[in-house]
Amino acid sequence: MTTATDTLPPGFGEPDAEDLRQADLPPVMPVAIVTLALIVSGGIVVAAQYGRIAHLTIPTVLLGLAAVLLLVNAVLIARIKAFAWPVFFRVLGWAMLAYAVIAGILEYVFVYDHTPARLLALFTAMLVLFATDVPLMLSYSVARWQPLDAT
Amino acid sequence: MTDTAVEHVVHGEAPPAGEPASTPPPGAGGHGPPPVPNFNIVPVRALPIVAVVLIGLVVAISTNNLWALTFFHVAGGGLWTSLDLFLGLVLGPIMGSMTIPARVEFTTKFMPKMLLIMPTLVAMTLGAGFQLARHVGNLEATYPHHGWIVASMVIVGVMSVIALGLLEPANLAVLFELKKPRPNGERIGRLMKVFIYTAGITGLMQIATILIMTFLASR
Repeated sequence: MTTATDTLPPGFGEPDAEDLRQADLPPVMPVAIVTLALIVSGGIVVAAQYGRIAHLTIPTVLLGLAAVLLLVNAVLIARIKAFAWPVFFRVLGWAMLAYAVIAGILEYVFVYDHTPARLLALFTAMLVLFATDVPLMLSYSVARWQPLDAT
Repeated sequence: MTDTAVEHVVHGEAPPAGEPASTPPPGAGGHGPPPVPNFNIVPVRALPIVAVVLIGLVVAISTNNLWALTFFHVAGGGLWTSLDLFLGLVLGPIMGSMTIPARVEFTTKFMPKMLLIMPTLVAMTLGAGFQLARHVGNLEATYPHHGWIVASMVIVGVMSVIALGLLEPANLAVLFELKKPRPNGERIGRLMKVFIYTAGITGLMQIATILIMTFLASR
């Protein structure tokens, strides 16, 4: 993208209170992105075996790792002292609703296709993690830049 | 933009307590702070359109209608790719050369729409694509070009992680920043760069997917 710094008014680029708070925040986004990558990888491993006897060891391990990381992230977020919690929970709620619809459509496809029980259980667990991890990323990435008293 | 549409202004600094939002930042040197038009983060009036598309997708999947599945997959994928490439390669450089007020006004009108358009297109493309591949037998491990199908899944997987982990959070963060009484223009610029660049990257990755898909369709 072409730079347009010549059009920026003086005073731009100076850190505000939210910028200064960033150093105290835990690495929630990298952990959440790795969690998502593990979920997606598990899904690809399962989908790649479609039509033959699926080996579920690798996707189950990936799913387990994703679940642990999601839990770690929840703890990391819960331990943050100075945070725009009302904004975080507001965005989390709406995003979870939206992603529940998306995950619901995917679950519907799997059920409709008569996915075998073990596979369906694995896919369902993946979708639950997916529909939790993405809203968590969205709500955290909004709340981290909001003033503490924002609602 | 009319004066009544101006709700608040963009500043690079936190406001001193009690200072009105229209006061320029210290050292602004005569540059007026860019006005931010009033806007909704989620364009509620467009939600019925999203609902119609998603219901159509569910009907296409549940009826296994070949035309409907192909339509949702091809139309969704084509629009998704075009939008990503247009954003990253055309709109991004243009936005970078726009003045701050123009960029702010454009962002407030454009980003809320993207918040609905992109997830809808992704759901359309992937949902219909998976069912279509299953329906015509391309998903079977015995399919002669199964390796290419897995390759396309990997590309889509990487794109999904980029889109959901970087692009969408940046989109939402920009909108909430613009809703502040005194948004941080420098932060908006940084987040918009993330949005535009990641859209460009996913657009380029989409070309790889299209190459694979057209190859498979011609077999």
